[in-house]
Amino acid sequence: MKEIVIISGKGGTGKTSLTAAFAYLGGKDVIVADCDVDAADMHLLLQPDFADSDDFYSGEMAVIDQLECTQCGKCADVCRFDAIPIIEGNYIVDPLNCEGCGYCARVCPSDAISNVDLNVGKWYVSDIKTGSIMVHAKLGIGADNSGKLVAKVKMKAKEIATEKHKELVIVDGSPGIGCPVVSSLSGASFVVLVTEPSVSGLHDLKRVYQLVNKFNIKAGCIINKSDINTEISIQIEDFLQKEEIIHLTNLPYNENFTKSMTLGQTIMEYPDHHLKDLITKSWNTILQHIN
Amino acid sequence: MKIAFTTKGTTWDAEMDPRFGRAVYFLIYDNDKDELSHYDNSDASNDAHGAGPKTSQKLFELHPDVLITGNGPGGNAAAVLEKTGIKIYVGAGNMTAKEAFEAYKNNRLKAI
Amino acid sequence: MKIAIASGKGGTGKTTLSVNLASFLAEQQEVVLVDLDVEEPNSGLFIHADLIHEEDTFKMVPDWKEDHCTFCGECQKVCNFHAVIQLGEMIMVFPELCHACYACSELCPTDALPMIPKKMGKLKHLKNNRLHFIESRLDIGEEQAVPLIKKTQKYISEQLNGSFIEIYDSPPGTSCPVIEATKDADYVILVTEPTPFGLHDLKLAAETMKELKKSVGVVINRDGIGNDDVFQYCENEQIPVLGKIPNDRRIAEIYSQGKLIYKEVPEFRLALEKITAHITTLCEQQNHS
Repeated sequence: MKEIVIISGKGGTGKTSLTAAFAYLGGKDVIVADCDVDAADMHLLLQPDFADSDDFYSGEMAVIDQLECTQCGKCADVCRFDAIPIIEGNYIVDPLNCEGCGYCARVCPSDAISNVDLNVGKWYVSDIKTGSIMVHAKLGIGADNSGKLVAKVKMKAKEIATEKHKELVIVDGSPGIGCPVVSSLSGASFVVLVTEPSVSGLHDLKRVYQLVNKFNIKAGCIINKSDINTEISIQIEDFLQKEEIIHLTNLPYNENFTKSMTLGQTIMEYPDHHLKDLITKSWNTILQHIN
Repeated sequence: MKIAFTTKGTTWDAEMDPRFGRAVYFLIYDNDKDELSHYDNSDASNDAHGAGPKTSQKLFELHPDVLITGNGPGGNAAAVLEKTGIKIYVGAGNMTAKEAFEAYKNNRLKAI
Repeated sequence: MKIAIASGKGGTGKTTLSVNLASFLAEQQEVVLVDLDVEEPNSGLFIHADLIHEEDTFKMVPDWKEDHCTFCGECQKVCNFHAVIQLGEMIMVFPELCHACYACSELCPTDALPMIPKKMGKLKHLKNNRLHFIESRLDIGEEQAVPLIKKTQKYISEQLNGSFIEIYDSPPGTSCPVIEATKDADYVILVTEPTPFGLHDLKLAAETMKELKKSVGVVINRDGIGNDDVFQYCENEQIPVLGKIPNDRRIAEIYSQGKLIYKEVPEFRLALEKITAHITTLCEQQNHS
């Protein structure tokens, strides 16, 4: 089974729109995993039915059993996060501040503190309009994406692919350069970098590529809105050549991406033959490289 | 010599797991005794962060001489493994354990 | 007056609004612009000012003292983040995974893991006329934005007079760094686009701010594309729309060159004037109360 991961470093480059376009092109043969759980937007284009869902747990939080607590205050003394205030005479854990380090539970003389798994949101397995299946998630307020959540979404997508005898999983990867991206890239067969020719676009592309390189994964790049700044566009092309990244295509600044999104459609369903052609060619190039 | 494979199953026919930190199993082949054993690493999938260093520590306790995997360990895991002296070979992500072993013997895997 | 500029996702124009609004306000008064998107701070690409102060920022992490260690394994056992690893007769510490909870250090029976400061990023203070610009940047590989955001806010409250207008370019999303960056703000401006993605992300951001009991206003970027759903949502939720930035290819081009937009696009300046009027009213209300 092959796994294609689409990442961008910077937000707003069109990563999700392109991932949805690839999902449309792959149709029934491609299982989709949305690992951009901080800004999970792909469902707006692929219309999942949210048929199957489950709670998702990541990280831990301390809970104090008030019946066992002797109010000795040791827990509050050792907590470095000011997460155990006294409320009406009782020591209570503040969930927004607790980091789940477990130190308080280790020093409690009456074993009144336990660590509970933290419910951070829900994950879903849905039928989507391409005739395939998508695995996606929704985080609660103040919850962080994590390597664990990304690994879980990807693992579920791969399980389904195996079950349904599908050979391909495409992953809308997490932003940034932290643990969730590491987890997004782990196990990938091919990485698609989506960027735009702006000072911040180039800057973030270089940062995220350092990570891709560490994993020895073959990479291709799409320069979106390439005509916005031809000078930086050329700098990006030079960077791609130097790093031996496949230059998949340049896409022009085009409002049809937004227009199709407003209709709840991927760009492949919108009557713009030029864009569709460029994206289809990129997709075929990617397929050639993974096979 | 002991060789560790990151796998999704416990036999020679098991598919390789291309991931290191959150690999499901380590399949361990002891070349001298011609013995195959495994270590269940599925616990690692419960860690929000830091799966790489933890898995590296577990692997260290299994004392293999060689590790065969897919993409290769990320930054933190690589730092631990470097201290252990375990030789790492990558590029076996899409094989079975048996195929990966053959590829290793024929020098078809990349050492890092 | 602290104003946080936030959005549900990246790429909606948060940084564009922050740098332009701060520069525009600085034509009349003292302004502090703070880039709290410490993982990807991009505001600095648009600000041309002189560096007046620079400092490394630190967090506390355990440091292994080999000669004190008995290799009992307690440190590895008590670390919930796998930041301390024992390999036979060696202890490895991963500072970027460490949350500085002190458990390993204080529970070590032989004091072999004292806590020491470790560099996590850099804070820069620049100044151009009436504009102060504070940027904090997390080192590559560091994963925890919250401690650096806290340090940056402490620097501002200690070093800069509280009577200035402070504009905070916040990290995107709804997770811990955003909450840290916005929780002390007097007012939050959410930037969004009038598209289905924009609406979806605006809802998440607005719900988060509601939870934090913040008063919010919305600025619509790329006005003219998409549909009316965002406006409808703001009306239903009684969230004021402070300004509209037109959908204009020129804006994208000027942004890509790292230049200020309001100086070249009159419609953009007009939007900033409206937002400023709203902020001025808020300041007056604050002074009266």
